[in-house]
Amino acid sequence: MNRNRRLIIFQDNAWVPSTAVIRKITPEIEGVKTFLLELADSQVTRAYTFRPGQFNMLYVPGAGEAAISMSGDPDSSRLLAHTIRFAGNVTRRIGSLQVGDSLGLRGPFGTGWPLEECAGRDLILVAGGIGLPPLRPLIYHLLAEREQYGRIYLLYGARSPEMRLYTSEFQAWSEKGLVIKETVDRKTLGWQGNVGVVPLLLDQLEAFDPERAILMICGPEVMMRFTARSAMQRGMTSEQIWVSTERNMQCAVGMCGHCQLGPEFVCKDGPVFRYDQISPYLLVEGL
Amino acid sequence: MSTQRHSSYSCFLSYDQFAKIFDVLHAFDYEVIGPTLEQEAIVYGSIRTVDDLPRGWTDIQEPGRYRLQQREDDALFGYVVGPHSWKQFLFPPVSTLSTADRTDVGWQFSEAKQEFPKVAYLGVRACEIAAMQIQDRVFLEGPYVDHEYQSRRRQALIIAVNCTQAASTCFCTSMNTGPRCQQGFDLALTELPEGFLVEVATPEGEAVINSLESEDVTPEIETAAETARQNAVEQIKKELDTTDIRNLLMSNLEHPHWDEVAERCLSCTNCTMVCPTCFCSSVEEVSDLSGDHVERQRQWDSCFNVSFSYMNGGLVRNSIRNRYRQWLTHKLATWNDQFGTSGCVGCGRCITWCPVGIDLTEEVAILRQSQEQSLLESEQEADHLPG
Amino acid sequence: MSKPTLAVFKFASCDGCQLALLDAEDQLLAVAGAINIVNFPEASSRMESGPYDIALVEGSITTPRDAERIQQIRRDARYLITIGACATAGGIQALRNWGDTAEFMRAVYATPEYIQVLDNSTPIAEHVSVDFELRGCPINQHQLIEVIQSLLAGQVPRTPRHSVCLDCKRRGTVCVTVAQGIACLGPVTQSGCHAICPSYNRGCYGCYGPAAQPNLISLSTHAINAGDSGTQTAHRLRNFNAYATPFREESQRLKNQSEEEA
Repeated sequence: MNRNRRLIIFQDNAWVPSTAVIRKITPEIEGVKTFLLELADSQVTRAYTFRPGQFNMLYVPGAGEAAISMSGDPDSSRLLAHTIRFAGNVTRRIGSLQVGDSLGLRGPFGTGWPLEECAGRDLILVAGGIGLPPLRPLIYHLLAEREQYGRIYLLYGARSPEMRLYTSEFQAWSEKGLVIKETVDRKTLGWQGNVGVVPLLLDQLEAFDPERAILMICGPEVMMRFTARSAMQRGMTSEQIWVSTERNMQCAVGMCGHCQLGPEFVCKDGPVFRYDQISPYLLVEGL
Repeated sequence: MSTQRHSSYSCFLSYDQFAKIFDVLHAFDYEVIGPTLEQEAIVYGSIRTVDDLPRGWTDIQEPGRYRLQQREDDALFGYVVGPHSWKQFLFPPVSTLSTADRTDVGWQFSEAKQEFPKVAYLGVRACEIAAMQIQDRVFLEGPYVDHEYQSRRRQALIIAVNCTQAASTCFCTSMNTGPRCQQGFDLALTELPEGFLVEVATPEGEAVINSLESEDVTPEIETAAETARQNAVEQIKKELDTTDIRNLLMSNLEHPHWDEVAERCLSCTNCTMVCPTCFCSSVEEVSDLSGDHVERQRQWDSCFNVSFSYMNGGLVRNSIRNRYRQWLTHKLATWNDQFGTSGCVGCGRCITWCPVGIDLTEEVAILRQSQEQSLLESEQEADHLPG
Repeated sequence: MSKPTLAVFKFASCDGCQLALLDAEDQLLAVAGAINIVNFPEASSRMESGPYDIALVEGSITTPRDAERIQQIRRDARYLITIGACATAGGIQALRNWGDTAEFMRAVYATPEYIQVLDNSTPIAEHVSVDFELRGCPINQHQLIEVIQSLLAGQVPRTPRHSVCLDCKRRGTVCVTVAQGIACLGPVTQSGCHAICPSYNRGCYGCYGPAAQPNLISLSTHAINAGDSGTQTAHRLRNFNAYATPFREESQRLKNQSEEEA
């Protein structure tokens, strides 16, 4: 993990957003939509690249900023996809915007998923609920160079069948070599699949090499903890597990202090951490 | 302050000559900020003439208590450190980060336009220089640079003053930050009954001194200055044992003592506000009536503020225990991981200005004692195990 | 689309919070743009019946009639916001909750049998559900505008819950307790007044009520150790927000303690 990697900053000043225009809005599930954003300045667009797992700060003047992971394909990023759940003041305001409206964007910020660790190994991606969007750029990236990796799994848990994201893409992903296993907390009529928590999917997973596999998890903290525990019971070590964490973020550059988790600034040292580095702090209540 | 190498030298300034330094600084376009009496304390504010300085006053400090007291002499810098720190000038409590304007082609964003005047900071103590250098690491030496802080820092002339006395709350010797100013200044003064021994460290400092009539330093002056500075060292009674302090704190995150501190801690934010290194802030939206012009304002904030750790409708640190633990472990332990230095300079402000007088050195000592006690007990237990 | 309607209602209070709103009228009209104020006794005698989008309620419940009147307002209002110390904590008049109301009545009124009052002065939230409580004696008009704006936009108001100390420090005020030994409720009182009193060399009176998670026991223990009596310390809490739960419980604890000692 390269902590001091100089990231692209649109303007010389990391605090100043660039203008982004909403080009497309796709409703996903109840309370969640994907926004395709285009940076207004074409020079900025050309310079902009991101790694799967990184995030932008999206800004609605008057309402404030929210940290949102990119959810689109990192290798064709003229339009930046952000899948947003309308939960807080800022995201609800974003939810009220229309195609053609503009907002502010700063980024990309943070570390990404450990691509350099993945080559030649079995990969297990675990997502809970709204934790899937930060993993989608990784899925695109991995499937684009599928032959470089061993088996690739997506273990996905949602609250109920209709709360599953991106299901229209599952077929295409499967055809490209992603094995998708799903579970829901609460089934509805017609659901034939698993019911239960995500770690159960991992417990049932047979064909993977626990000594060399890489596990990448994004979802609620409790789900990440239990999934990591299951993985370790299967013989994986905490050095093979990566999690994407979340904290209050305001500056995204390690200067405002809000996102501290032990010694880490989640904004710049994370949000993706190797589990052995972050679990001593993640497991302490209220740290 | 200049970063270029400059061989330092010393000279002597009489009180009369020192009194002229304000005109010289003003002629060099410096605004002068220094110690002055206000609100029953020695605070940092605008200084026009030598008469604005707290001549003949000192401060008496203990946990939760600060009082001014008249001295028996006319010393200008015969006090220790007060409620203010220089952070309020380099990293102001409220500042505008960026502006947003609604136009026909959408929101346009720009950097807040600000002027950064040249400022001479007069009376900076060794622990305060250390604090500035710690904030430099936060705002200037990471992957991102804070433009406002950088501009203000570049415009600063540091006129340091060596402490010749200490408060009961001082523990800079434990933190290796003082009381003697070693570096990080343009000029450093040691106050003596007849005037000032001046160490000249940079060309900017030299330019100021060259505009005054300084004298050569005699061995007697050198000796008197050394004695005065040694006086401060001898008065420092408070200690913080920093041995392996990171692991001491981080391996005791669930220690019952955090609950005990939480019974006393008001979570009022005072310690973090007076701390010269605490850098936490929040961003507020400030909008005009139409909502077409919006500014983003950065305000000092604190890990003791309940809403500081707000996330997804809940609070990560939802108790005073957790907030005090965050502050202390950050200040004395994880700061090292983040910035390669302790976050504490031993100035004692958090002790003096805590309304209920909580003393972090005592809290750490209790944790250390408890750790040593349990080590001892486990050793004794091991001794009693059948061989 | 018709304009959102706003109605102001007065219960037992001094009208100071309505005046704060009156002071903010230009701002209110400009910000909300199309707000329609249909009921505002301090500003106009015109009264319109509900329903209302926003009902601002000033004052506490002190009479049986008011206890009924608030029920109808609740039924008529989409959002019910209480404003000020009276509405959110019972106000200064809640001091009678510790006294004998009948005795007060006999002392004040020639024919007390004509007066119908409740024994206690209570906050609105003890009678109906409240969507947002805006504290202060009087309220801060900027906070009020922000609350109205937020509710109309479907957002959660951002009224800060931190201590007055944070505001003192932001404005450079030296702590009056530490530097002068003046008793001050700042460490346990919610921000909102811009820390006015300490800037005039006085301790905080607690006008904005308890800050989030206040540690009252520690503050009073410290005051008593510094020489104040338990009764003095309790009386500091029995002011405009005396009946706000944390202040009420702590002042009661101190009173009980003093009585036991006596």
